[in-house]
Amino acid sequence: MSAPKFVPNTVYVTYIASTPEKVWEALTRAEFTRQYFFGHSIELEPKTGGSFILRAPDGSVHMRGRVIEYDPPRRLATTWSVEGMEAFRELPESLVTYDIEPMGGSVKLTMTEAHQWEVPDAILAGGRQGWPFILSSLKSVLETGKPIVVSVKMGPPPEMLEAVKEAVAKKPWVKSAEKR
Amino acid sequence: MSELKFVYVTYIATTPEKLWQALTDGAFTRRYWFGTAVESDWSPGSRVTFRSDGEAHDTGEVLDCVPYRRLSYSWQVEFHEVFRRERPSRVTFELEPTGGAEVKLTVTHDEFEPGSKVHAAVSNGWPMILSSLKSLLETGHASTLTSPEQARGARERAIALAESSAA
Repeated sequence: MSAPKFVPNTVYVTYIASTPEKVWEALTRAEFTRQYFFGHSIELEPKTGGSFILRAPDGSVHMRGRVIEYDPPRRLATTWSVEGMEAFRELPESLVTYDIEPMGGSVKLTMTEAHQWEVPDAILAGGRQGWPFILSSLKSVLETGKPIVVSVKMGPPPEMLEAVKEAVAKKPWVKSAEKR
Repeated sequence: MSELKFVYVTYIATTPEKLWQALTDGAFTRRYWFGTAVESDWSPGSRVTFRSDGEAHDTGEVLDCVPYRRLSYSWQVEFHEVFRRERPSRVTFELEPTGGAEVKLTVTHDEFEPGSKVHAAVSNGWPMILSSLKSLLETGHASTLTSPEQARGARERAIALAESSAA
């Protein structure tokens, strides 16, 4: 079977007054992600092919996946399957890549969210709403020691939930022959 | 063909009043915007000038101004002919207090002409400028990447990008 082809849908770039090593640490260590990722803890097996988990504040698994590329302090790519929300479980996994580049005393961090199927905008809206908050807060943690104080809640917008239910019912990622 | 549009959202630990000043006071914009003073009296219909080293290199017109909430202006990039021949685009800043200690800032840049070189340049530039603005408001220090000394390099990169994407 050929490897799934991921197409980037959402890209967010931020520049951080820090070092690539510190940005890498902030992305890969739970004591940091808990501060800026809506309280979620990352659990990462530090090697390509290793396991990846994003654990919710209550201890349950929110996302599960595999490490596709582990290249500190330059690039981390992981697949994401939603486990924490029932409706989302059947969606194909997505690919989240962080690229870290030193630039004139700063660090350019690029987050790319890629998918293997034509994802409707209503579903992409979840990430497009969440990533700017998460990465703004990550920047604050590294530059000021303090995250952005959350009054925004993590969770899918209602239109997104509807779109996920519709997608799971129709399964547009399955070729029509396989559906029968 | 879908319309070209650039949208960037960031959350800044500040107040709407301080963020508004950072967007509308030329002495403040210079500190995080490659040395560019963005100046106007901010009445709808008034002229906006973008000035570095005393020289106005871009111009615009105020389209909408609701202090501390919303600012919109047209923008004609004039510093190089590759941009000058395009029609003006539009940039809109929306400030939303989120109920906590931060402000959500949404920057929407649109009304580009098809195949716009300005669109390519600003898509690259906004994340730098807005990251620097956030640093300045939260730490008192803008990013060295967007200091006045970087202005010439940034313009050269924008021109190179525009010319390399020429059809």
